[in-house]
Amino acid sequence: MKPTDISKPSYFHKVVDCQWACPAHTPVPEYIRLIASGRYADAYMVNWQSNVFPGILGRTCDRPCEPACRRGRVEENNGEKPEPVAICRLKRVAADLKGDIRARLPRPAASKNGKRIACVGAGPASLTVARDLLPLGYHVTVFEGDAKGGGFMRTQVPRFRLPEEVIDEEVGYILDLGADFRGNTRIDSMKALLGQGYDAVFVGSGAPRGRDLEIPGRAEAAAHIHIGIDWLASVYFGHVSAVGKRVIVLGGGNTAMDCCRSARRLGGDEVKVIVRSGFEEMKASPWEKEDAQHEGIPILNYRVPKAFIHDKGRLTGMSFELVRAEKDARGRRRLVPTGQPDEFHACDEVLVAVGQENAFPWIERDCGIAFDDSGMPVLDPQTFQSSLPQVLFGGDAAFGPKNIIWAVAHGHEAAVSIDKLLNGEPTAERPQPAVEVISQKMGIHEWSYDSDISGDTRHKVPWASAEKTLKSIRVEVELGFDQQTAWKEAQRCLNCDVQTVFTPKLCIECDGCVDVCPMDCISFTANGEEPELRARLSAPALNAAQDLYVSASLPTTRVMVKDEDVCLHCGLCAERCPTGAWDMQKYLFETSKAGPACRTRVPTGEPA
Amino acid sequence: MTYHAKPKLHHPSLARNAVGLTRRDYEGKVSTLCAGCGHDSISAAIIQACWELDVKPHRVAKLSGIGCSSKTPDYFLRNAHGFNAVHGRMPSVLTGANLANRELLYLGVSGDGDSASIGIGQFVHSIRRGVNMVYIVENNGVYGLTKGQFSATADQGSTSKRGVVNADQPIDLVGLALQLGASYVARGFSGDKQQLVPLIKGAIHHRGAAFIDVISPCVAFNNHAGSTKSYEYVRQHNEAVNRLDVIPCRSEISVEYPEGSVVEVEQHDGSVLRLRKLAAGYDPTDRAAALNLVLAHDSRGEVATGLLFVDSAAHDLHQHLNTTEVPFNRLDAAVLCPGAAALQRINEGLR
Ligand SMILES: Cc1cc2nc3c(=O)[nH]c(=O)nc-3n(C[C@H](O)[C@H](O)[C@H](O)COP(=O)(O)OP(=O)(O)OC[C@H]3O[C@@H](n4cnc5c(N)ncnc54)[C@H](O)[C@@H]3O)c2cc1C
Ligand SMILES: Cc1ncc(C[n+]2csc(CCOP(=O)(O)OP(=O)(O)O)c2C)c(N)n1
Ligand code: SF4
Ligand code: SF4
Ligand code: SF4
Ligand SMILES: [Mg+2]
Repeated sequence: MKPTDISKPSYFHKVVDCQWACPAHTPVPEYIRLIASGRYADAYMVNWQSNVFPGILGRTCDRPCEPACRRGRVEENNGEKPEPVAICRLKRVAADLKGDIRARLPRPAASKNGKRIACVGAGPASLTVARDLLPLGYHVTVFEGDAKGGGFMRTQVPRFRLPEEVIDEEVGYILDLGADFRGNTRIDSMKALLGQGYDAVFVGSGAPRGRDLEIPGRAEAAAHIHIGIDWLASVYFGHVSAVGKRVIVLGGGNTAMDCCRSARRLGGDEVKVIVRSGFEEMKASPWEKEDAQHEGIPILNYRVPKAFIHDKGRLTGMSFELVRAEKDARGRRRLVPTGQPDEFHACDEVLVAVGQENAFPWIERDCGIAFDDSGMPVLDPQTFQSSLPQVLFGGDAAFGPKNIIWAVAHGHEAAVSIDKLLNGEPTAERPQPAVEVISQKMGIHEWSYDSDISGDTRHKVPWASAEKTLKSIRVEVELGFDQQTAWKEAQRCLNCDVQTVFTPKLCIECDGCVDVCPMDCISFTANGEEPELRARLSAPALNAAQDLYVSASLPTTRVMVKDEDVCLHCGLCAERCPTGAWDMQKYLFETSKAGPACRTRVPTGEPA
Repeated sequence: MTYHAKPKLHHPSLARNAVGLTRRDYEGKVSTLCAGCGHDSISAAIIQACWELDVKPHRVAKLSGIGCSSKTPDYFLRNAHGFNAVHGRMPSVLTGANLANRELLYLGVSGDGDSASIGIGQFVHSIRRGVNMVYIVENNGVYGLTKGQFSATADQGSTSKRGVVNADQPIDLVGLALQLGASYVARGFSGDKQQLVPLIKGAIHHRGAAFIDVISPCVAFNNHAGSTKSYEYVRQHNEAVNRLDVIPCRSEISVEYPEGSVVEVEQHDGSVLRLRKLAAGYDPTDRAAALNLVLAHDSRGEVATGLLFVDSAAHDLHQHLNTTEVPFNRLDAAVLCPGAAALQRINEGLR
């Protein structure tokens, strides 16, 4: 293998598994260390820079960082159940305990730059665009069909998971930057909007349409059958405050989980989730399923809905075909009928949560924005520009329904594109990240980070009692970590951003680092091709998704090979090295946001 | 040197051996030696060898004297018995322990100061008596613990860190052990575990006095230009005479080697030492040839490493003394004390 080029920012970034997996590349270990040292406001601000909604995300994020977290791999075969660091819930700790941070937020721009931006929708995507552009002096108008900003975070995510004050606070921080917010204003013509002379338009209108289920009885029993996301919105707006005693929720995603748990709180004594797929294949996050089951909601799988059964329009139940999963000749999973008689489940109401779609009825197809066959806008995946370069899409409106953190990530990128576009720069040239590398060495075995490794297993977030939370849809279920538990959970983080940096010319090949490394990460061996090399290291490097760090050739002609996979970042290698060939260096990686830093050229005289 | 304890977490694929232990279970406390010390690599090699051989840690006695090298038993096999003797006195304590309980695996760990200076008298007698043991000298050419004075194994003409030339003749512990009748004599280098681990395994399988001289650079006091025990010097002058594979029992041998390239020596316990020859015509079962080879290399400034000599038919101290199979420490009073009548008879016989 060729020596690893560690000057490439992506090399060490990838080692920070959580940050790499986070769509907005939040510097997770950096904020976790701040939480550990009780600097909650600082931790909050680190988050706010990257993901804009730390309090909201600390409760609701889909947390792609956690399955990626190194701690989960490190704990494999080391105890009962390997688990990642509770990254998401630590974020909430920062939000809960930060105190008043308003003085740290940017101020509304002192002078405007004369450029006008329209955002359609006030979901997380649009709000991120607004946040990034407002301090730069852009005039940002946010059009929202609802009265308040927040998008689905406000109208879909139920209050027992996300209190409204948190939304008000974090949406408020953005609108207070001087946004021109137009609530209760639904845009019904893109042509008309384009005619208003905005310099750029950002479409963050989400994926607002719930999929229906056209099976026999649907029309007749319509009064008792609701589309999940419409029903959740009605619950939010107070149009719905009760539900029948027996409720069936159809679907296996997170919307289904929110529907069933909401129904449980609005009078549904006997709520069931019924899904086509197997339990394991359900789209809902594992913890959402757990939470539903914890509230006594059974999840019945391998049942395909056949008909709504009704008595002259009064819904009495549903029938289901029983299926099982089978692999076909090409190894694909298919559901095949078991041949057993259909199953009947009695119910009073059904919530259909079988998927979500995009809809852009208000965008005229002849206004210059190209759409593909499936009705989605044709976009540049990096710049988020449509075929009209000054019209950009982001969030669920761009590539179909995802989640909040993706909407935020899109928002940042779109804001960069807008800023470059309106400064006359090519948007395809994406800005380099800001990278800072700082040695952590303070003394012979003194580091400026806490290198000790905690043996704790994952700490559980305490819950309010079920009897209290099931009584009202407004009582938040999770209570958040207290300071003490937050500290302990923070200790589980391995500081993956503190990198092991190797300087070949200093190494005397004493083997000290190899011997001391608890995880057998390091080998000195003859070089070879990657697959073969992976098999003959101190411990086999079986996780091909994790890189090998290969040095230049050493005096014995061998090379140093480090498997990044399960390194604890404990620094023992660097403590044991007599020559300082290993050093522990903190690698702070930050994506460049809109503003002078994202531009390649000298400003053209415009105030930034 | 490290303040934090080594984390208990280990690589997910870490294997268990036949006695259900991982390699990490053979570790000891975190070393307090200087970072980069060769001695730590030797500890790692002992750990590896014991794990590979499924040694039960509680059936091992690790004994040492005084010195950085003699501190190392604290850093491996935390569940073994241990005894830290006075400077240079490890061989006698080991001999005594071995006489009391012949069933343990005796691991003597010493330094060149501990064995070639103050303890040389003890060293020679434990070897010539054929005590069944693995005797490892972690040879750095200096008194590491007392800050780097030349030891008796420092080569004539080599210089100290401050540039002082050593005028005295060195003691070659390998040559000495050969002359004294050691039945397994090897030399290794702490910087080459691929060679060292099998040498230790072969010694563990050996019955009799097994001696291994391991060149072990002292990074603090003897790793400079002018030293003949530095990483760089040893790497440049290391002449491996053979490569050893230790095969626990004969039935497992399956690989075929070209005629004449391999010597196999079966030990008393059925294990096989397979030596892939690197030096042409060298016979490791010939004691005189071994001595010649060591001297010849020495005169060229080279360090001969590998398994230099083995006598698999050798007897140990217990056989010399015709002791009972049952270890002394398990003999009860009835067996140990023949009674007044027997004493009477003995006394009569002496009148
Ligand atoms: C039930 C449910 C639960 C969810 N739970 C989570 C969760 O726990 N965690 C998570 O990360 N994600 C969750 N999501 C997904 C998440 O809410 C969305 O992915 C995210 O909000 C998308 O953000 P966005 O900015 O693209 O648009 P949205 O949040 O959908 O906001 C779009 C806004 O645009 C407005 N709008 C639309 N068209 C117009 C128009 N023509 N004129 C003016 N305004 C308009 C809408 O009123 C809406 O307010 C959930 C989704 C659902 C349905
Ligand atoms: C009776 C006695 N004399 C002298 C000393 C001082 N002393 C301690 S260690 C040592 C030399 C150790 O040298 P070596 O065995 O080579 O060990 P190293 O530290 O080099 O590994 C000496 C002379 C002592 N501890 N006890
Ligand atoms: S251990 Fe910490 S730094 Fe490493 S991936 Fe997990 S959260 Fe991120
Ligand atoms: S920091 Fe060094 S010693 Fe610690 S696990 Fe990583 S490679 Fe091993
Ligand atoms: S401890 Fe340092 S000098 Fe020794 S092998 Fe490792 S990197 Fe090289
Ligand atoms: Mg010494």
